[in-house]
Amino acid sequence: MTSRVGILPRNRDFRPMAPDLTLDIPNDLASIEEAVDYVMQRCAACGDDRRKLHLNLRVGLTEALANAMLYGNGRDPSKRVKVEVAFQDSTITARITDEGRGFDPCCVPDPTRPANIVKPEGRGIFLMRKLLDEVHFNDSGNSVTLVLRLPPFQDSGGSDRRASA
Amino acid sequence: MRGGPMGFQVEKVGDALVVDVEGQLIVGNRQELKQRVLEELEKGERKFVVDFERTGYIDSSGLGVLVSLSKKVREQGGELRLANLNEDLKTLFELTKLDTLFHIADSREAALKGL
Repeated sequence: MTSRVGILPRNRDFRPMAPDLTLDIPNDLASIEEAVDYVMQRCAACGDDRRKLHLNLRVGLTEALANAMLYGNGRDPSKRVKVEVAFQDSTITARITDEGRGFDPCCVPDPTRPANIVKPEGRGIFLMRKLLDEVHFNDSGNSVTLVLRLPPFQDSGGSDRRASA
Repeated sequence: MRGGPMGFQVEKVGDALVVDVEGQLIVGNRQELKQRVLEELEKGERKFVVDFERTGYIDSSGLGVLVSLSKKVREQGGELRLANLNEDLKTLFELTKLDTLFHIADSREAALKGL
């Protein structure tokens, strides 16, 4: 199957991560906002593009968490979602993993087509792909890795400010 | 919990109902807005403006609720318009091409004009 979910071949999608931040959160939609806010705070000094950080990363995290809870874990309150985030230079890599059986991301229809635009569902993965620099699903489809590249700070303090909590 | 649930206020302006969404319209709270607008539709309201001046973020579920509500209002012969989208929200509507589906006004007054 040809990967349409990012620029890397599928066999390179899931290199092991050395996360700087790991969250293990309950499968509860009400926990999404708090989790996303926390990750955003930790990423605030990663790079010099506040708008890209606040829109693009927020969209990616929110949509990935919602998909994991609603479709991956099937709203099962006994299940969990893992969020791992790594900061390298001004690149943020976030991996969201659920306990579900996964899905085939290549089969997601284009929500902007006339037949789909009036449908209430089906925009989450589309927005992730539009707003993140890379989006990779693992082969079983229960884990998604988001990559956001920000322009580095011009001053010398940028790297020192990263991920300070 | 930081943030808390979305709040919204409903105000009758002329023969239109203006719904002011505060905070975030996301998967965790979208049903509150949907239920309230459908209740008003049931009571006979037909003209709606959703004002996003105090809205920080809408996720794909929030977009979906607006699509669903717009359809239901249209089916009853009414119209649902949007007002005061910030730059981030405009970007989301443009990317999803929902800017072609909705009447989007720069202000509440502009949305009410001709509704």
